[in-house]
Amino acid sequence: MATALTEIKVTPEIAAEHGLTAGEYARVREILGRDPNMTELGIFSVMWSEHCSYKSSKVHLQRLPTRGKLVVQGPGENAGVVDIGDDLVAAFKIESHNHPSYVEPFQGATTGVGGILRDIFTMGARPIAVLDSLRFGPITAGPGVSEQDAAANRRILDGVIRGVANYGNCFGVPTIGGEIGFEPCYSQNPLVNALALGIAHKDEIFLAKARGTGNPVIYVGAKTGRDGIHGASLLASAEFTEESQQKRPNVQVGDPFLEKLLLEACIEAMRTGAVVAIQDMGAAGLTCSTTEMASRGGTGIEIDLAKVPQRESGMTPYEIMLSESQERMLLVVERGREREVLDVFAKWGLDAVVVGDVTDDGMLCVKNHGKVAAQIPAHPLAEQGPVYRRPIGQPPLRHETEADWFAFAGEGVDLTSNFLQLLASPTIASKRWVTEQYDTMVRTNTLAGPEASDAAVVRLKDPRTGKVKRALALSTDGNGRWCALNPRVGAMHAVAEAARNVACSGARPMAATNCLNFGSPEKPEVMWQFSEAIDGLTVACTEFGTPITGGNVSFYNETLGKSIYPTPVIGILGILDDANQILKIAFREAGDIIVLLDGTSHETGRLPFPDVRQEFSSSEYSKTVAGIVAGEPPAIDLAAEKRLQELMVSLASESLLQSAHDLSDGGLCVTLAECLFLSTAKLGAQVDLEDHLSPEFALFGESGARVIVSIRPTLLGRVLEAAKNQGVAAGQIGKVIQTPTLRIKYKGSAVVDSSVEALQDVWSGALQRALKVPA
Amino acid sequence: MKFGVVVFPGSNCDHDALYAIGSVLQKPVEFIWHQSQDLANSDAIILPGGFAYGDYLRTGAIARFSPVMKSVEKFANSGGMVLGICNGFQILLEAGLLPGAMMRNSGLRYICRHVHIRVEQIDTPFTNAAARRQILKIPIAHNDGNYSADESTLADLEKNRQIVFRYTTPDGRNDQAGNPNGSAHNIAGICNRERNVAGLMPHPERAVEAALSSADGLTVFQSMINALVGAARASA
Repeated sequence: MATALTEIKVTPEIAAEHGLTAGEYARVREILGRDPNMTELGIFSVMWSEHCSYKSSKVHLQRLPTRGKLVVQGPGENAGVVDIGDDLVAAFKIESHNHPSYVEPFQGATTGVGGILRDIFTMGARPIAVLDSLRFGPITAGPGVSEQDAAANRRILDGVIRGVANYGNCFGVPTIGGEIGFEPCYSQNPLVNALALGIAHKDEIFLAKARGTGNPVIYVGAKTGRDGIHGASLLASAEFTEESQQKRPNVQVGDPFLEKLLLEACIEAMRTGAVVAIQDMGAAGLTCSTTEMASRGGTGIEIDLAKVPQRESGMTPYEIMLSESQERMLLVVERGREREVLDVFAKWGLDAVVVGDVTDDGMLCVKNHGKVAAQIPAHPLAEQGPVYRRPIGQPPLRHETEADWFAFAGEGVDLTSNFLQLLASPTIASKRWVTEQYDTMVRTNTLAGPEASDAAVVRLKDPRTGKVKRALALSTDGNGRWCALNPRVGAMHAVAEAARNVACSGARPMAATNCLNFGSPEKPEVMWQFSEAIDGLTVACTEFGTPITGGNVSFYNETLGKSIYPTPVIGILGILDDANQILKIAFREAGDIIVLLDGTSHETGRLPFPDVRQEFSSSEYSKTVAGIVAGEPPAIDLAAEKRLQELMVSLASESLLQSAHDLSDGGLCVTLAECLFLSTAKLGAQVDLEDHLSPEFALFGESGARVIVSIRPTLLGRVLEAAKNQGVAAGQIGKVIQTPTLRIKYKGSAVVDSSVEALQDVWSGALQRALKVPA
Repeated sequence: MKFGVVVFPGSNCDHDALYAIGSVLQKPVEFIWHQSQDLANSDAIILPGGFAYGDYLRTGAIARFSPVMKSVEKFANSGGMVLGICNGFQILLEAGLLPGAMMRNSGLRYICRHVHIRVEQIDTPFTNAAARRQILKIPIAHNDGNYSADESTLADLEKNRQIVFRYTTPDGRNDQAGNPNGSAHNIAGICNRERNVAGLMPHPERAVEAALSSADGLTVFQSMINALVGAARASA
């Protein structure tokens, strides 16, 4: 079979089976000036897959803001890089691994983390943090969810969590944040988006540009096996059917220990000064790494597959070129200095072999035992693939009436039991059971891990002296439900919330990365959602001065023809100039004043909807308590968000606040409760609210640009003055009290009144109860 | 005085131990590569946390056969001070330098969180700076911390006062409620009979500054420094 494969004559039918359209196949023949052989067809099919070529998204991605004063490297390399001062740079990027995580949750998630870590250290940066943005289907049975489906979702969640934990824990990078959400649309298409952050000295950044004719090309790391063949083209670039479980052999298998060796060895090899270029073998493995390095460098590469370390015997050139075996790297090294580099890898016990060299003819030339197996011009293969302007079709407008919307309870109703129901919903409930399975502390830089601050915060130790001055903050966010209702506004909210989180840790937002999870690009309404979301991201990132430095697009998130909610996930990086000024969520002392900061100052008004129920019907509360998902996401005021961010950073830098926590899922009431739950001091809060149209809107509304802060009474005046100068409304709504109860009054009558302990028991145990695992 | 931190290829808390001793406590410290048999004239050896050789077989099972462990065993048997943290503890068990074995956590999951441990013995080089029954808040981060040994070994450990640290409730009760992993007798750390070799599952090197939520781990390293200073004085 091995030899037969290469001798099969490629026909348009075989090309179609490889996912190439008739037009694409014609373009292949045009580039080659002849028919491709099977190996060449395989190479074209993966390079031109949606996953690797961005053929449907490219025309839209061009609209994203990618430049900025601090951007050292924008999209197009393995990761984005920004200048963080003191001669240091940060490399960061988020990527999806959705389909593999459905087919094989543990391995899918674990290799997702492995892949993004490689992207970071390929740039010469040592990874210092990982965040994971995860979405699952419902984990408890209920209307429209069978126990069988819920059990399947619990199994997926468990595998994904173990996979994420396994890789980071063993590799030695803290997994410090992210979010977990639940919606029915993710039942058979979970989202696993992993973000990694690394730091390096400015002059130590490496790029993947093959340069210098005659320079040797070195293969490093794991041996190549038959795993993951066509992972990018068949798994990531097609929707799921009932036969998807049969795709399990297309999922890769991860080995975090090997990756740890690869990290240490690569960083040590880079320090020899002999490394010219380096790229990891991720999606499309050897094919993608050779082609892209040659294309970016304006050179060619010739390799002989006989020299590639192989795990199995009898592998064909087709299989070797398309394998997605994990933990492999490709390096270009200065001619004559191979020994220095090979010695480093030998020290770490890794395979490292010269498999070819850089050429000047611009060709990707793949030989097998000296015989040409594939010969393709590298640049056209990498850069002149198909680009589609897919049809865009706005779905018909939803005609909703007030009958479709949430009906508010009257005044004077006790909302405590509804509040308990909200605290028990898996999206709102504490995720500590999950995050305790992650090593959140290794490298002793974690100043705020999960649930400590609105953003995850890691300090920067000077690599030479160990001294600490500054810290980096990171947050991810993305609300699929809102994007389904209005993709443009939903995408803007994702950016706003992530940036607000960063600012609520005291850090100044500086740059963004995005992971765009959508359905099939072949559906006009999905492309409309995509285009709208891109516009939303563009507007918000421009307003906040946080350019997008990289990320990825994941299309075909559908099962049996049904798309997921459009889910752009945004990661925002910020910097704290003084690590000591970090803000945390927990209330600290009885007597502190609770203030609600609102960037949408009262003059500009905050009610763009004629009926506030329209906005409220998209809230977590509406979904949880009434089962209603309708209306519109809250209207967004980017200028208000920006004012609020700036105020938070300035209040933090003057150490005027005791605590800060933004309002998001579940609104004011959940925010207040979390400020109490996360305090070790067993405190309570007394809050009085005036007219907000309805008590439920006041307590659980999710309008943006708002933060709860607590302030020492002696500093209150300074905070109010700073807020006024910034144009941010500051309402004193209550105070922190010694008695551990949460008591909220609306126009003088109690609407929530409970011991903190009773609320906390529900919130902290809900996830375990839903998952049916021991507390 | 010099500390040596052993680096196995899969060690990942090696830098943290180095930082705690070198940057926080400002004492001389250097890395020792796992293939070296030269302990670089170290006066105390730390086996750090991590996954020494991937630990796919059994934690620490392969590490004990490494070249460096031959020298560490010799060093320990001649009275040298050796501290194993987490994976380092597991390796000491596999190497037979400490009695007992480690099983998977009783909940069958990896756990990373701050726990409370009580200092049971203060006449060891690892706890001389602590008060008797002092409660330390120190994080754990492991999959396999469920310490196990046969009844007679456990009885010997109790009798010879080799149980150095026990998991407790925050207020110091020796209670199952404070035990995160099911370990026998709530054991968090033990020493050998000669008291020069100790292992513990919690990570003192992760609790060395208030910014990390606790500085209680310094007690362990400060004790080692005291012991080394005392030994140097005695020999002078």
